[in-house]
Amino acid sequence: MGSDQNILVKLNKAGFSLNNKWLVKGVSLQVEKGKIVTLIGPNGSGKSTTAKIALGIYKKIDGSVEKYTNKVGYVPQKISIDWTLPLRVNDFMVLTESLDKESIDEALSLTGVIHLKDKNLGDLSGGEFQRVLLARAISKKPELLVLDEPVQGVDFTGEIALYELIKKISDELNCGILLISHDLHTVMSATDHVVCLNGHVCCSGSPMDVAKNNEYKALFGEQASQILSRYEHRHDHVHTSEGEIKKN
Amino acid sequence: MLDDFFIRALIAGIGVAIVTGPLGCFVVWRRLSYFGDTLAHSALLGVTLAYSMEFNIAFSVFIISSLIALTLIQLQKRTNLPGDALLGLLAHSSLAVGLVVIGFLSFIRFDIMGLLFGDILAVTVDDLLIIWIGGALILLVLKLIWKPLFASTVNYELAEAEGLNPDRAKAIFTILMAAIIAISIKMVGLLLITGMLIIPAAMARNISSSPQKMVIYSIIGGLLSVILGLFSSLEFNTASGPSIIAASLFLFILSLLNIKQSIKLKN
Repeated sequence: MGSDQNILVKLNKAGFSLNNKWLVKGVSLQVEKGKIVTLIGPNGSGKSTTAKIALGIYKKIDGSVEKYTNKVGYVPQKISIDWTLPLRVNDFMVLTESLDKESIDEALSLTGVIHLKDKNLGDLSGGEFQRVLLARAISKKPELLVLDEPVQGVDFTGEIALYELIKKISDELNCGILLISHDLHTVMSATDHVVCLNGHVCCSGSPMDVAKNNEYKALFGEQASQILSRYEHRHDHVHTSEGEIKKN
Repeated sequence: MLDDFFIRALIAGIGVAIVTGPLGCFVVWRRLSYFGDTLAHSALLGVTLAYSMEFNIAFSVFIISSLIALTLIQLQKRTNLPGDALLGLLAHSSLAVGLVVIGFLSFIRFDIMGLLFGDILAVTVDDLLIIWIGGALILLVLKLIWKPLFASTVNYELAEAEGLNPDRAKAIFTILMAAIIAISIKMVGLLLITGMLIIPAAMARNISSSPQKMVIYSIIGGLLSVILGLFSSLEFNTASGPSIIAASLFLFILSLLNIKQSIKLKN
């Protein structure tokens, strides 16, 4: 782990300020092939900003970003689509890259929205649209996936299935994933590395390391670290029986 | 029997409509109608400069409109004024300067009405070449930047994040806007060029379900408007520009009927 060829994107003390106010400062992290890095932190702690720095959307940054791939899939947290555009799901899938029909259908099937292929984007529900966004990001078989709260608005069972899908994609495509989520216990099941943000990196490491960290406890409260430990218990079950997990 | 000048006008109009179709869709999608107006207003300055220096009108308009577009981009970066105020500032000041320059050129006889509203009698064989060669170039460039331009029209950050360079596509599109105004000014006139861009595209929006269809319907709408408009212009002896735009309005109203029907079907 950590050999240089595997690095997809690397932030060195990166920061971004808007109107003389730092949104996030001094973030160092790297995403490698086949690894999932999760950003956690309270509202306004700079998670989305960090993702946009890594993606190169913000250009006037402090520190530096080294990006080693151009095959990127992005699910933004907020997306406003202008309905002056007549846009069907199928048109949206090929927005940034031309794909054959098989790849489109496969991705839409994986996220469970193949039946919406010819629907107008404006007619989808929030959860359906979120599934389409995820399908679009994975359909181009990217090397780097940046997922900013990818399951917001998705129903509970769908949420678990989509997180399982994300884990599967990272294994199958060997792509690196930068994931942002509020949902501590669902996320931790797949994460290799956690970065806890609060305007700066307050702590980082494996999920268990972070859960034990005092700064993390201070930020999220004692309960949050219990979620992680409880999760550890549930993790044992994953290998024995999948059905039981969903019951929990 | 159709006169030569009318045939030339028809060929010119068809060339213009094929190009304004797809560009007009982007004008509607990106909410650039006032931007188009600004460039068209500044075209007057381009025309007067062309007359005073005995320069080709289309070329001169292209240069001035491009300069105005670049000025706008710089002003947007350097001032805190809202976009519409900047557009108004540039539109009216360039129009005013253009009219002042006309005042100085009292030795040249100007057909102001033709300039503002188009003049089919004025279309020459040279104009046809400019329209068709220029139009082909515009479409070629638009095809090349289609993907990044369209993706960033849907969502800028997705396009930027996935490596499509939307800023470059936007800058090139701005130049294309200046170019279409330059080649269509004689046909439609500078007050109505934006209508030629917007109305067929708006009509197409009402009846299409995908971006590709909207582009095709927009071209067809533009072609029908030109043919209908020019024949009625000949018949009723009206200015070509207003006749074409009025024809496109007629098509737009027809397309509204289609919407009403589809809403009824839904209920």
